[in-house]
Amino acid sequence: MSTIFGVPAPALYGQILIGLINGSFYAMLSLGLAVIFGLLRIINFAHGAQYMLGAFAAYLLLSYAGIGYWLALVLAPLIVGAVAVVIERTMLSRLYGIDPLYGLLLTFGLALILEGAFRYWFGAAGQPYAAPAQLTGALNLGFMFMPIYRGWVVVASLVICLGTWLLIEKTRLGAYLRAATENATLVQAFGVNVPLLLTLTYGLGAALAALAGVLAAPIYQVSPLMGSNLIIIVFAVVVVGGMGSILGAIVTGYVLGVLEGLTKVFYPEASSIVIFVIMAIVLLVRPAGLFGREE
Amino acid sequence: MSSAPLLEVRGLNAWYGESHVLHGVDLDIREGETVTLLGRNGAGKTTTLRAIMGILRRREGVIRLRGRDLLGLPLHKVAKAGLGYVPEERGIFASLNVSENLMLPPTVAEGGMSVEEIYTLFPNLHERRSSQGTKLSGGEQQMLAIARVLRTGAKIILLDEPTEGLAPVIVQRIGDVLVELKKRGMTILLVEQNFRFARKVADRFYLMEDGRMVNAFPGHELDARMDELHEVLGV
Ligand SMILES: Nc1ncnc2c1ncn2[C@@H]1O[C@H](COP(=O)(O)OP(=O)(O)OP(=O)(O)O)[C@@H](O)[C@H]1O
Ligand SMILES: [Mg+2]
Repeated sequence: MSTIFGVPAPALYGQILIGLINGSFYAMLSLGLAVIFGLLRIINFAHGAQYMLGAFAAYLLLSYAGIGYWLALVLAPLIVGAVAVVIERTMLSRLYGIDPLYGLLLTFGLALILEGAFRYWFGAAGQPYAAPAQLTGALNLGFMFMPIYRGWVVVASLVICLGTWLLIEKTRLGAYLRAATENATLVQAFGVNVPLLLTLTYGLGAALAALAGVLAAPIYQVSPLMGSNLIIIVFAVVVVGGMGSILGAIVTGYVLGVLEGLTKVFYPEASSIVIFVIMAIVLLVRPAGLFGREE
Repeated sequence: MSSAPLLEVRGLNAWYGESHVLHGVDLDIREGETVTLLGRNGAGKTTTLRAIMGILRRREGVIRLRGRDLLGLPLHKVAKAGLGYVPEERGIFASLNVSENLMLPPTVAEGGMSVEEIYTLFPNLHERRSSQGTKLSGGEQQMLAIARVLRTGAKIILLDEPTEGLAPVIVQRIGDVLVELKKRGMTILLVEQNFRFARKVADRFYLMEDGRMVNAFPGHELDARMDELHEVLGV
């Protein structure tokens, strides 16, 4: 059997793939966080809960309405986005312009309530959610066998990240969003309905988290705490990439996912902390993050 | 002189938090007029514009555009009523390129300039249309800030010290642009400290001191009032 740096090649490829999958979720989630933070100046601690809600929406749609994976991929983000819009209108919008700490506390509280409620209803154990028939099985890549669903997640997340990036960088709506991130008052004085833009942005960020949740359901199972386990790492990713940097969030997500996978191969003991070590180093050397603008 | 004013401000008071900055400001602008607001640093000129636009929210009094009350409107509805704002700090967005900056403000009415017309009027902006907005020189940024509101079809533009800190040739260029806009019938509320610049375009002057209007006179009286102005403006 061939080895690379003394490690069996299949094990290495396997961990890189797992790293890419995890990185896909880091990227999608930190992207939403970065967009929300950029415009709303709210650190959305409920992001993990919104990811969990997306997975549960898919699970419940299937168990109670017989609605399968593909439709859930559309419906779950819409449902969670709608919930987020209500949250923004009724609660978050009262906190704009004051200390960001309040937004963090509010969304943290919401996350605890949501996760507590789902744990009460469904228990802490994970519920299985099967991948759709079209995406089961494995593909022989020559150097390794790749489960088709995992390949799909990597491709789908790349498309989602690229699509969001294009929306922000290349469209009129994106130009409003970028401009309002710099100077919301002036954009509103030009006649753009900025309060609506804020609402839509929060809805979009939450919908992205929910979409990631649906993609995750067949891989990680559906459980009330699936989001809170992940969100801490995602916050570290955002810190490394730089708060508010869209491209930074995406690139950092994938890179840190793969680095974490590689650490599992070469020094497994450090694999669960490697991202935090990198975060600490970045905070020391470049506090605004790798892609953040120093202010 | 008998036509009703396009923009009418009566007894306008405004506050930054608890600090009371405007004290009963009155101001009229008729259609097609260029009115210049003079006053020394801190007199309240910018505050007057910000209060009219609704950027400064704590206000009392009357602000009417064609008889329509603006005071009760949310900020984003004021531009739609026909006001275009060119802020003192110019407000060019760093994350947008020149053409995105130009296209940013939504159209508020028919009859704005086309992008081609704007690029004819400001050839530099065309040359640099894909540069980052804030990479432009100060003069170019000022032109972009003006160009941006000409596209929207705004009926009145509020211009806050467009010549501040710019080289004489650029000041000259901006003066030409204002003369051109005036010819096209644009209504302009101009804030200027440089009244030698303002005299070329202003039909009337208002003089502000400590948040109050202390004087108003037609443009042709400027020369006769030079001594008085020097004293009030401290220049
Ligand atoms: N954001 C603010 N908060 C509190 N007070 C302010 C603020 N901006 C301006 N002021 C005060 O309001 C008064 C009027 O300021 P304003 O900016 O309107 O003056 P101005 O006539 O535009 O001056 P300049 O010629 O320097 O631009 C000043 O006393 C100023 O200190
Ligand atoms: Mg000023």
